[in-house]
Amino acid sequence: MDEHYDCIVLGTGLKECIISGLLSVEGKKVLHMDRNGYYGGESASLNLNQLFEKFRAGAKPPPTLGASRDYNIDLIPKFILSSGLLVKMLLHTDVTRYLDFKVVDGSYVYQKPKIQKVPASDSEALSSSLLGFFEKFSCKKFFSFVQNYDEEDPKTHDGLNLKTTTMRAVFAKFGLKADPIDFIGHALCLYLNDEYLDKPAIESFQRMKLYVDSLARYGKSPYIYPMYGLGELPQAFARLSAIYGGTYMLNKPIEKIVSEDGKIKVTSEGETVTADYVVADPSYFPDKVKLTGRVVRSICILNAPVPNSNNNESCQIIIPQKQVGRKSDIYIGVISSPHMVCAKGKYVAIVSTNVETNEPEKELQAAYDLIGPIVEKFTSVSDYFEPIADGRQDKTFLSTSYDATSHFETTCLDVMNLFERILGKPLVLTIHPNLLKEQQQQQQQEEGQQ
Amino acid sequence: MNNNNKIFQFKLVLLGEAAVGKSSLVLRFVRGHFLDYQESTIGAAFLAQTVCLNDTTVKFEIWDTAGQERYHTLAPMYYRGAQAAIVVYDIRSQDSFERAIKWVKELQRQGSPNIVIALAGNKLDLAAKRKVETAEAQQYAEENGLLFMETSAKTAQNVNELFVEIAKKLPKTPNPRPGSGRLPIPPIENNNQRKKPCCSN
Repeated sequence: MDEHYDCIVLGTGLKECIISGLLSVEGKKVLHMDRNGYYGGESASLNLNQLFEKFRAGAKPPPTLGASRDYNIDLIPKFILSSGLLVKMLLHTDVTRYLDFKVVDGSYVYQKPKIQKVPASDSEALSSSLLGFFEKFSCKKFFSFVQNYDEEDPKTHDGLNLKTTTMRAVFAKFGLKADPIDFIGHALCLYLNDEYLDKPAIESFQRMKLYVDSLARYGKSPYIYPMYGLGELPQAFARLSAIYGGTYMLNKPIEKIVSEDGKIKVTSEGETVTADYVVADPSYFPDKVKLTGRVVRSICILNAPVPNSNNNESCQIIIPQKQVGRKSDIYIGVISSPHMVCAKGKYVAIVSTNVETNEPEKELQAAYDLIGPIVEKFTSVSDYFEPIADGRQDKTFLSTSYDATSHFETTCLDVMNLFERILGKPLVLTIHPNLLKEQQQQQQQEEGQQ
Repeated sequence: MNNNNKIFQFKLVLLGEAAVGKSSLVLRFVRGHFLDYQESTIGAAFLAQTVCLNDTTVKFEIWDTAGQERYHTLAPMYYRGAQAAIVVYDIRSQDSFERAIKWVKELQRQGSPNIVIALAGNKLDLAAKRKVETAEAQQYAEENGLLFMETSAKTAQNVNELFVEIAKKLPKTPNPRPGSGRLPIPPIENNNQRKKPCCSN
């Protein structure tokens, strides 16, 4: 182990691995350690033995579930918006190379008493029973306004200033009622709760655009998912960091972290290394974070696809808060063996939401009712921590915990924020030169064929 | 190359103790051929090279360890879907040979079921200081169904031959890689070129 590093990163969760990769690419000398013997921390995907070890220490997985190694179960369920920030980060770093993705088959939204497909095209929208006839008409007007809206061109603004007008006011102007508002705010803008209604509408417009752009990329749904589970993502970014000289050590219990003479000293297994600064997940600095919420997540193994989901191999189901009398939405993410996350014939449905009561598991009942018979269920409640300070003073830059959102936008925003706090400059996402070169070659080939 | 020539792509990973010459083998192999189509070599972490057999072309997508073998932190992702592996040792070091045997076991346990494994005794140019006898390695390879060659990245001896042997042994099935027909992730356009809200015309 070398004595001094620019940066020591503690924890190999996705955020820490992206930061580690970006810092190594910037030429920083990085030492990256994790107390666990595997990559990913909270954002790991576990095999069956690991899963039982974590949730039911001492119990063995029943043989009916199949081989342990066929399983890669995400601890934090999320899907990747295919035009979102995580894809931009993959393209910026060329980490796409190390991963294979599948398009998620469909997106559903619960509207009492059943789930319905979120329309993926104009024709699906027209035939959808999600909206009544008159609602379709006002929605159509609203969506053409969204489609034509150009921030730069006041003629398209119809007298509305989206930076000051609330989304509630915009909905009112188009005469949209509760159901379509619920659909737009929760199934398209992917808001967890209704706080957005009283905020400037511009963010909702950006979110709609992100959804629509993501949907346009592959058609079936706006999401993609990596083969072998989300735990591949931190590993891939860790590889990026290693390629640019980052040093990796797992199974390293951290005994002491002190700040001395403007350096951070980290001690593990009796050895001390120093760094100019430290990046870590909240679990390494319990004194420097505050608890701001809790998330309940439940991993359910099923023997059949989720009822009414068109037998899809994968899908997302959103239960908007209002439909079940809650403050925040419940999400269900379903994946299965073609994604190499479970044995053949099994399905994995992961249900999650923000905790609102003293009985978190009961809050998920509406979701359990939708997914059919559950073979095995592993429920956990995670604390949601945020750093107390931004880290510039004590050179200790901490990420926030993973939230209950169903995608990686907030995860990436936290990474971008960390990057700027650490390096004092914003992260500008570009397209990696390798990819541009490949694109060029492909174009030349195509032209050559014509 | 005739028109019927089929191209098969395979993921090949390198394993072995630090400093046995894994990267040198790859660089020797990749730079000796097809110089007009040379991929980026940053960190030598991801390289591609093709081998032409009689009626097929095999394209190797080669993964180097990026130093993650040093503290035994190679991620499971590294082995995933690998159809071929070269396990390298230094013929001057019995330790590196024993480490190579451990890697072979690891691959048999963790790797794809039909993975083609080649054992390479590298630094043949330094045979005067040899510690691992050819016969010993040869026997181990035979007993375990591995390809075996002694190589020198420095003089290029047996380097191409090794990759050609691997290429020959790989099954040329139409879909060599599980999940192949990889989902393309094209660059994202920045502006509003593609506005198509789902519920409007």
